[in-house]
Amino acid sequence: MTEGYMAVMPANAWNWVAVWRRNYLAWKKIALAAVLGNLAEPMISLFALGFGLGIMIGRVEGTSYVAFLAAGMAAVSAMTSATYETIYSTFARMGGERTWEAMLCTQLTLGDIVLGELAWAGTKSLLAGTAITLVAATLGYAAWPSLLYALPVIALTGLAFASLAMIVAALAPNYDFLVFYQTLVLTPMLFLSGAVFPVGQMPGAFQQVSSLLPLAHSVDLIRSVMLSRPAESLGLHVTTLCIYAVLPFFLSAALLRRRLMR
Amino acid sequence: MVAIDFVGVTKSYGKRVVVDGMSFTVAPGECLGLLGPNGAGKSTITRLLLGMATPDAGEITVFGVPVPARARLARGRIGVVPQFDNLDHRFTVRENLLVFGRYFGMSKREVEAVSPSLLEFARLENKADARVAELSGGMKRRLTLARALINDPQLLVMDEPTTGLDPQARHLIWERLRSLLARGKTILLTTHFMEEAERLCDRLCVLEQGRKIAEGRPHALIDEQIGCQVVEVYGGNPHELRSLVKPYAQRIELSGETLFCYAPDPEQVLTQLRGVAGLRLLQRPPNLEDVFLRLTGREMKD
Repeated sequence: MTEGYMAVMPANAWNWVAVWRRNYLAWKKIALAAVLGNLAEPMISLFALGFGLGIMIGRVEGTSYVAFLAAGMAAVSAMTSATYETIYSTFARMGGERTWEAMLCTQLTLGDIVLGELAWAGTKSLLAGTAITLVAATLGYAAWPSLLYALPVIALTGLAFASLAMIVAALAPNYDFLVFYQTLVLTPMLFLSGAVFPVGQMPGAFQQVSSLLPLAHSVDLIRSVMLSRPAESLGLHVTTLCIYAVLPFFLSAALLRRRLMR
Repeated sequence: MVAIDFVGVTKSYGKRVVVDGMSFTVAPGECLGLLGPNGAGKSTITRLLLGMATPDAGEITVFGVPVPARARLARGRIGVVPQFDNLDHRFTVRENLLVFGRYFGMSKREVEAVSPSLLEFARLENKADARVAELSGGMKRRLTLARALINDPQLLVMDEPTTGLDPQARHLIWERLRSLLARGKTILLTTHFMEEAERLCDRLCVLEQGRKIAEGRPHALIDEQIGCQVVEVYGGNPHELRSLVKPYAQRIELSGETLFCYAPDPEQVLTQLRGVAGLRLLQRPPNLEDVFLRLTGREMKD
């Protein structure tokens, strides 16, 4: 049993790059449309909520609501783009499109493939997150040097959510199941994590739940970086995100082995 | 060293035993055919061979490498032509080779060095920059074959390589496969297509419900199991006709609405039947279809 599980682990430290490059080549062919699609949703949220609600709200935690929201949206866009990539595109490649089936006949192990897909989903969230932070910095809602620190956090957020979504994809019998993950897990997480309003506004029980959610840690980190605040509990946030990125990887590899290599 | 060795391999899914105590070997340079109807366990055997499924019992080695324990090492020496097309349809022919070569750890330069000869082999020299979606079924299968050769494998595993192709495309694939055998490659082929098995395979394992029911050279199997001419009879009342020809036939099988008469002297059978109106008669040499019918009591065709 253990031996079988070890056989699906990554064969070495670089095999996954071949999978990443395959996805990059496919993406390059539709890059413009893909970037616009990725950007539209968080931008619309940022401007509609930021300026619309912002007028009524005034200042939040000592800053304008748009600036407060921009950091939240950067984290949310990393979450959604990594999740969508994994539960839709990766799910198709592991099933109907038979891309994984072809890969499994080569020198790649299942772990190499999963790792390559996670790295790719992380890359896509980095792209989406970068775009938002660039806009925010251009409009003066974030300091330019802060982007240097925000981007690694965005990438780590993407990896964590790709890794979580990989478990969902490994368990999903069909596309309907994937929608449940979006509506029952991600949407509540968006509101519980302090992305659109401060966590302190919620009852204590909710605040405790919030402290366990990966998005909450991501939002806290990105917001303190973008708003040039002193980062509190930096180590805790980074460690939590790393755990969310790493543990689901091993779990999803085990689940996918059961699903694909019976 | 043998190319493939299966010893007492068993694989079940739930209560269904898909491969049941299977043993066979394939010698280097040989073409072994696994012949059987859908559900006989052919595709599961190829999955087991690649380490994509774990056997419940038994031992598998490929060029002496134990599978699935060291399947990755074994796969380095195997090229696979799957039953269902799994090319990357968004990519061009050339890009498919590049991407697949990278899965074997090849650099772009290494892939570009071997691509021209692979494309020539697959008769796709003029299609290098065409997208896969623009290719015909036969071209796609030839590209899959070229792709399977990118790591210069010693063993090719082909799952139903010509299923769904028109006769012309099928003949071209067969011709390409024979040229690979002439170069010393080993081939494991699964098929439910008799003509393919007769033309390509040095040896056959006939499978039914996960078990090997016969093994041998195609013509030896036919001689052993049948050994006489066949008269096929279409039309009429098969049960009446059966008693009419019974004295002159060694054996009679009814499959669907067709009566198969195995007769050392087919002329006598034909003489008996010529008097009956509304029949179509066909006399022919025996083939693997007859072998399968004899061994299982049913036809290979679904």
